[in-house]
Amino acid sequence: MYQTLKNLSAAQQVGVMFTIVFGLLLLASLSLFLLSMREHDDAQSQQTHLNRVADLSNLLRTSWLMIFVFWLAWLAGDATRLVLFAVGSFFALREFLTLSPTRRGDHRGLVLAFFVVLPCQYVLVGTEHFNLFTVFIPVYVFLALPVASALANDPTRFLERNAKLQWGIMVCIYGMSHVPALLLLDFPNYNQKNAFLVLFLVLVVQTCMVTQHLVARKMLHPPAAPQISGSFTWRSWSWGMAAGSLLGALLAGITPFVPGQAFALSFVACAAGSLGHLVMKALKRDRGIPIWRGEGKAVTGAGGMLDRIDSLCFAAPVFFHSVRWYFGL
Amino acid sequence: MNDPAAQLSHGARLKALASPLAAQLVSLLLLGIVRVLTGSQARWWGCPPKAEQRIYFANHQSHADLVMIWAALPKELRHGTRAVAARDYWTKTPFKQWLTSAVFNVIYVSRSRLADEDPLEPLIDALQAGDSLILFPEGTRGHMEEPQAFKAGLYNLALKFPQIELIPAWIANVQRVMPKGEVVPVPVLCSVTFGVPMQLQPGEDRQAFLQRARSAVIALRDI
Repeated sequence: MYQTLKNLSAAQQVGVMFTIVFGLLLLASLSLFLLSMREHDDAQSQQTHLNRVADLSNLLRTSWLMIFVFWLAWLAGDATRLVLFAVGSFFALREFLTLSPTRRGDHRGLVLAFFVVLPCQYVLVGTEHFNLFTVFIPVYVFLALPVASALANDPTRFLERNAKLQWGIMVCIYGMSHVPALLLLDFPNYNQKNAFLVLFLVLVVQTCMVTQHLVARKMLHPPAAPQISGSFTWRSWSWGMAAGSLLGALLAGITPFVPGQAFALSFVACAAGSLGHLVMKALKRDRGIPIWRGEGKAVTGAGGMLDRIDSLCFAAPVFFHSVRWYFGL
Repeated sequence: MNDPAAQLSHGARLKALASPLAAQLVSLLLLGIVRVLTGSQARWWGCPPKAEQRIYFANHQSHADLVMIWAALPKELRHGTRAVAARDYWTKTPFKQWLTSAVFNVIYVSRSRLADEDPLEPLIDALQAGDSLILFPEGTRGHMEEPQAFKAGLYNLALKFPQIELIPAWIANVQRVMPKGEVVPVPVLCSVTFGVPMQLQPGEDRQAFLQRARSAVIALRDI
């Protein structure tokens, strides 16, 4: 069977992979549906059961959505793919900035961020200006935006306002743009299979997050930083890391890495993703909201996107640069 | 067929045909833009969206409020709900006038009052015709955190049409999308929260009613 798979063309292999992943998701959804049918006698355990099912289905929906988007991204050509991720960045940044109170003086900076920095970054990715695209935001934009803000002549909480904008751009544009950049990495003897690399990253990070979440629910250990996250414990984190890295090693076949490398790179990506998620939680707590969508709050409308992609936004640049550095690409 | 009068009427007919189409296109385009920029979420907190005759009254911080609340209403309600807009600003250029009359179907009110004219008359006409209204009772855009004192128009309408539900609404964040003096809008999620319907109490005096209406709007901010 392995030989048959190996003899397929790159496109067919990617197709098989998506079929497998969709099949697994379908299985998970089916079993969850069956689980939701189970009835409990007393109301108390019925309620906890329902809560658990709702929680799991939420997780599953995120996974479906992510895989679906990456499937679309693979089907579409290079340009469409970039646009898809750029739109993702746009909505994520919109969400991020909605909850950071900006003042009138930030307007020009925000216009720059949305309508200049964001398209430029994706154009740089698309045209494979790798060296410029990795420094464009941290070097050039880092200086340009505060200048726009300073010219607005409003010193109130200047550092705080600019820091927030910079952070939003780093996470939502810079981090996110590294995902499509993976598609353009040029490995020798790995032609046209970079979609695997993106899927590898998403699967590994998502597995780490889901495992961490499930373990945290099962074992009630004291959280490492209760003020910031009630569910982050070192034990659940280690389980998540182990699950993600092991899956990475198992998936080495679809990547240009040998299992050892795949394990190490998955470990790095999972660490960045899960700890980045914790950092985003801290930002949310700072704003006094449990999730970005702000359920029941007047401040935001549709959303909750950032909750789903923040771990990826942190994992992607770290993974990208580790791979580039290690393989000298 | 070479009669110039016939040609003219032909041209006028074409224009009359094209205008609703253009209005339709522009309204779709605007809806798209508003959704991408703001999410234009309606939160029916105090009442469900219903095709009853209602007067919505909201805080006013930006010219975009008009577009925002128009986009947040469900399609079925949008047609029978007309916003009240200041004539001096919204008829300044032919485009603005066309936009507000053909696309938004607003009711113009004059802010500069002439002695023998009732500024509420067009509103009363619309209510008698069965339309719902969107009213910004502050009369002008506010720049403070809290809305300014409400003008008497809302009270007078409530007095005249006691059967119509008055629905407070809070429009959040729109002033951040396009602050005064800026031309390029910035994407920020906005929402319109609709509150519990209220009515003029028997014997309630004007000041008390306007105060109550204003607090009802402000109370929606923190929901």
